Amino acid sequence: MTPSDLVAPVPSGAPPEARPALPHSYLTEGTTLRSWLTTTDHKRIAILYAVSITVFFFIGGAAATFMRLELATPAGDVVSAETYNKLFTMHGVIMVWFFLIPSIPATLGNFLVPLMIGARDLAFPRLNLASWYLYVGGATFTIIAMIAGGVDTGWTFYAPFSTLFSNTHVIYVLAGVFVVGFSSILTGLNFIVTIHTMRAPGVHWFRLPLFVWAQYATSAILVLATPVLAMTLILLALERIAGIGIFDPALGGDPLLFQHLFWFYSHPAVYVMVLPAMGVVSEIFACFSRNPIFGYRTMAYAIIAIAVIGFLVWGHHMFVSGQSMYAGVAFSLLSFLVAIPSAVKVFNWTATLWHGRIRYDAPMLYALGFVGLFTIGGMTGLFLAALALDVHLTDTYFVIAHFHYIMVGGSVSAYLGGIHFWWPKITGRLYSDRWARFAAILLFLGFNFTFFPQYLLGIEGMPRRYHAYPPEFQTLNVLSSAGAVILALGYLLPLIYLGWSLFRGRPAPANPWNATGLEWRTSSPPPENNFDVRPEMTEPPYAYREARLGRDIVEAREGTQ
Amino acid sequence: MSAGAIATDAPRGEPPLPVAHQFDDAAQQADAASLGMWLFLATEILFFGVLFFAYAVARARFPDAFAAASRHTNLLLGTTNTAVLLTSSFTMALAVHAAGARRMRAAALLLTLTAAIGVAFAAIKLTEYALDYRGHLVPVVNFAFDPRYAQGALLFFWLYFVTTGAHLVHLSIGVAIALTFAWRCARRAPGRLPEQVETAGLYWHFVDLVWIFLYPCLYLVART
Repeated sequence: MTPSDLVAPVPSGAPPEARPALPHSYLTEGTTLRSWLTTTDHKRIAILYAVSITVFFFIGGAAATFMRLELATPAGDVVSAETYNKLFTMHGVIMVWFFLIPSIPATLGNFLVPLMIGARDLAFPRLNLASWYLYVGGATFTIIAMIAGGVDTGWTFYAPFSTLFSNTHVIYVLAGVFVVGFSSILTGLNFIVTIHTMRAPGVHWFRLPLFVWAQYATSAILVLATPVLAMTLILLALERIAGIGIFDPALGGDPLLFQHLFWFYSHPAVYVMVLPAMGVVSEIFACFSRNPIFGYRTMAYAIIAIAVIGFLVWGHHMFVSGQSMYAGVAFSLLSFLVAIPSAVKVFNWTATLWHGRIRYDAPMLYALGFVGLFTIGGMTGLFLAALALDVHLTDTYFVIAHFHYIMVGGSVSAYLGGIHFWWPKITGRLYSDRWARFAAILLFLGFNFTFFPQYLLGIEGMPRRYHAYPPEFQTLNVLSSAGAVILALGYLLPLIYLGWSLFRGRPAPANPWNATGLEWRTSSPPPENNFDVRPEMTEPPYAYREARLGRDIVEAREGTQ
Repeated sequence: MSAGAIATDAPRGEPPLPVAHQFDDAAQQADAASLGMWLFLATEILFFGVLFFAYAVARARFPDAFAAASRHTNLLLGTTNTAVLLTSSFTMALAVHAAGARRMRAAALLLTLTAAIGVAFAAIKLTEYALDYRGHLVPVVNFAFDPRYAQGALLFFWLYFVTTGAHLVHLSIGVAIALTFAWRCARRAPGRLPEQVETAGLYWHFVDLVWIFLYPCLYLVART
């Protein structure tokens, strides 16, 4: 393919400064709102998800902004205690269920899984669209309930507070989350069936990109864990409406039963948030170090191991809840076990970089940020998995810092890394790499400024979920609030330069990073049926050794000029 | 996608099966549909699993009350319903067989019969609910029980109504599916119907299986 093939023809008669027209692709198949809302194309549904999760992300972020504003001073002076409770509940519910869980699977996964395995679409395209409607309907309903009245239970809905004492819109929020849960289940089901039955010739299981392996494991978790949450929420709603007593000790029930059922879903859900991020990072590391992934098979097995062990550790959320001491010991041991496959992944990523020709493009900066922040978040997770230490750290800011390092530092960095990596494929346009690298660094710094002080606050004993605190915690809290401003800029910047790229960016070639993988073999953006010629995989994934001898990323990108 | 691959999937003398654009051939499409249903049933097991788990926890705490409460369930109607539902699974299996043999009229009749037996199950179940109401066994509404066991029995009957209620909802969906495919079998050429009826059959048998576990848990505790 010569460079001239990659340049879109400029329509005759158009002024030269008009935006370059894109070639015929899935984006040009229909431009009306109706064509988008009735599409069954997995690529368009991915974009529907991307737009909706971005909106929800900024609503959830607004709630966090008010929280950090309140915590800038020791006195509770910006909002009342009750409003603060509603704010952190809103932040948690939106970020967990409406942003993090669908983030990578429903956007990048939806877009890339069929492309990476050489299929024309997911197995059930209409079900895919139905999943999006369930998601948007449930999430919008919940957010209206939370803005109109609010919920003060925290995203965990612990009984008996949520069933007997809270006077807020618990039922509506439960209903909304219940509906969104079905969107997760159906997306997971769709991915598993697609990966099993629709791989192109030559795409064997151990030739699947690790991103696909990660989506597969994530889908298994979604399919097996989410129904448990769904029925648990039904029981909670019945308990609140009619007082069935199953979670009420006064009626012979057990509030711990709720916590067991809730975390049986919600701990695996943490791996729903981080496994796809690991998949994204694997793709980026291989491409920008021009090396095959070190220990590809162990990476695939580690993904499965994390998903399986992730189902057996939920009790570490309940060390101080009064569960059996022996259960605590078992859950502690199992939680330590998860660290093994996680460490395998970190070491293998590091080994992938070894002797590589590393390029620090924006996606790579995000991916490197992921590994650093994930490692810190993971190591502090071991503190919390240790029984005795957890007694001191439970419900302090240490826990907040720990899971934000994994979910925000880790998963959101990887999500943004993935968006930058596949942006040319998705939109057919290039973005400003300089601005993108600046945003990645800003995000990394802002994140650490925001959340590292929270580790220290937690060790000093500041409890979570309070709107006021003793004056000696102020310095670290001000640092955290100031960091949040930088972090917010790091999130807003991509909106601006990616938005600019959407309309004014240079057209992207089919393979701007000179990466391996079937998704790069089709045009950017891909045609509606993904491939004009059915692709066939003839070599293992990440065959970058050969690529070293050939063209480089620079040549691939510059080829468009 | 080759034309030959499609033609071999349809029996001789019938037009090639319609294949959705994302699939290569009818066999791949059938595989996907079947795997999709099996996965959906896996989610259903976890869904009902919560209720069985809650039941196990409550029964371990109140073994005597659960035994006493179970003796107040209607053994005759519960057992009759078990037989009724097993019969419906039998007719569903026959319907799948008939559709597989491309005897579409027979399949339509058997699916209608399956749905009818499903409705009979629901009717018996609702009758039983009415009798439970007369026996003062409905929590919140009119619950009254031997005070020694009242607390555990209340939990038992809550679980009884939630589990059988969830089961009834699933059964109603099954009836709607059976009737839909009965209608299609009666009016259309076989096409993809044989495999679709088989997939619907999987769901029906699952709903039946849930009852097979509910029946001893609710009706047969300490009834020797």
